[in-house]
Amino acid sequence: MKISREQVAWVAHLARLEFKEDETKKFTAQMNDILSYMDKLSLVDTNGVEPLANATLRKNAFRADDVRDSLSPDASLANAPEARGGFFQVPKVIE
Amino acid sequence: MELHQLTIHELSEKLRSKETSSEEITASTFGRIDAVEKDVHAYITLMKETAFAEAKRADEAIKKGECGVLTGIPIALKDIVCTKGTLTTCGSRMLSNFIPPYDAAVIEKLRAAGAVFTGKTNMDEFAMGSSTETSFYGTSRNPWDLERIPGGSSGGSAAAVAADECIASIGSDTGGSIRQPAALCGVVGLKPTYGRVSRFGLIAFASSLDQIGPFTKDVEDAAIMMNVLAGYDNRDSTSSIEEVPDYRQFIGKGIEGWAVGIPREFFVGGLDPEVEKAVRQAVKTVEEAGARCVEVSLPHTEYSLAVYYIVAPAEASSNLARYDGVKYGFRAPESRDLLDMYKKTRSAGFGTEVKRRIMLGTYALSSGYYDAYYKKASQVRSLIKRDFDEAFTMCDAIITPTTPTPAFRIGEKTGDPMQMYLSDLFTISTNMAGIPGISVPCGYSASGLPIGVQFLAAHFQEGRLLQIASAYEKQANIEKRRPNL
Repeated sequence: MKISREQVAWVAHLARLEFKEDETKKFTAQMNDILSYMDKLSLVDTNGVEPLANATLRKNAFRADDVRDSLSPDASLANAPEARGGFFQVPKVIE
Repeated sequence: MELHQLTIHELSEKLRSKETSSEEITASTFGRIDAVEKDVHAYITLMKETAFAEAKRADEAIKKGECGVLTGIPIALKDIVCTKGTLTTCGSRMLSNFIPPYDAAVIEKLRAAGAVFTGKTNMDEFAMGSSTETSFYGTSRNPWDLERIPGGSSGGSAAAVAADECIASIGSDTGGSIRQPAALCGVVGLKPTYGRVSRFGLIAFASSLDQIGPFTKDVEDAAIMMNVLAGYDNRDSTSSIEEVPDYRQFIGKGIEGWAVGIPREFFVGGLDPEVEKAVRQAVKTVEEAGARCVEVSLPHTEYSLAVYYIVAPAEASSNLARYDGVKYGFRAPESRDLLDMYKKTRSAGFGTEVKRRIMLGTYALSSGYYDAYYKKASQVRSLIKRDFDEAFTMCDAIITPTTPTPAFRIGEKTGDPMQMYLSDLFTISTNMAGIPGISVPCGYSASGLPIGVQFLAAHFQEGRLLQIASAYEKQANIEKRRPNL
């Protein structure tokens, strides 16, 4: 077993997801299958190999620090599930 | 031939010579959509009204002699690129009400080129899948056999071109999502070098792998589309400043004296005999066109799937953290507090495959597992890229099958995620290395399903890619069939 049902529940919390009992069970089995397949990577000798995070050949990308147009407050809020007084509205954060 | 069946370059000629108008082409295309869309389900959203307005504008431009090669041509867009004022769902319930306030860079470019947008095409949810079966909006069907999947994730874009529901389309490719559906639907699909096309306004899946590219009816059209799509954009920090050539100059150039690499690791068990036969024939065709085929080795190929299913979910888990029900998109009703709202929104807004990948990625990046998974995978990714760099010192291009099998049946692989993942076996390493690849039709199975051959080239060698693809297309002269819809 690579990952237990309790660990799956913990990872779900980290990812802000929740699952029913039977879903957790199914995910645990599937994640174990997939993670076992990943084991083959341990066969590769990667001593001293630099990780490749990105295939771009550029080192860094700077642009001029110029003021540019951005979205208006109305356009920014147009897709909000709930908005009030020019702000995004969310359920209460503290008890 | 009806107008909607023609290629961009054929229609462009007719527009220039005033033999037809964009309005006629657009009407023909929407007539075709009316006739076959109920069977194919290539689209999530149609843009009929704006399309005819764009066609009218294109016709006026043509009258004034201000037309480019894409002016007035109906193009379909994968529903992963933001279109200002038009619903953009990414195949997800999470974005079922999202109207982008801006255009993606490729949309700006296509608009400036005078294209007519037919609509937004169906796709696997957040581009996670190989069949469109994870779409919240239902499965698209393969025009060649409606019981089969069109491939994915850009399945709607591939099916729309194959069914003549548009002249060309836009897709995105993270592990094969352009080339795999192109092969399964019998059209041309090109994934450019990472950084060649701006990702600004492309809804992010795995940012170090995602790349936008075209689906077309022939190789020349792919070059035409690349001429419009490619180029530097300072809103995408990974966008390349490498000069963009005129890709059309590579069409019809020939490949005499080229060395073409055949990677031995791609002709292994699991390869369908009919696919193998068709691709071996393609190798012969390339030799007939004057190239010399050499065996090359990409020894880390067998690890590419494992690397991909760590790197892509890890990046996805981070990218998809933004869907929290606050600023846009779906929000679940009736939550106790903010945390409860996040969890209810994400659990109801995402489908199973997306949740599975978020879980895998969150786990791979979580404390104590990062070194074993993400770091290890990124190191092996280095080795995969090195394999390609070495192979390209010995050859000008590489030839491989695009997919292990022709299109599979709807429902055939949904129960087993690993089986579904294996359908991207031959396309994934390209994204790992960041190099360009193209899938070109190379024949049909006995039951009449299309098969694709894949060509790969070194970074920023899209010109070479188009050169060999067009030389192959010409030499092979594959019988032009149309799906029976």
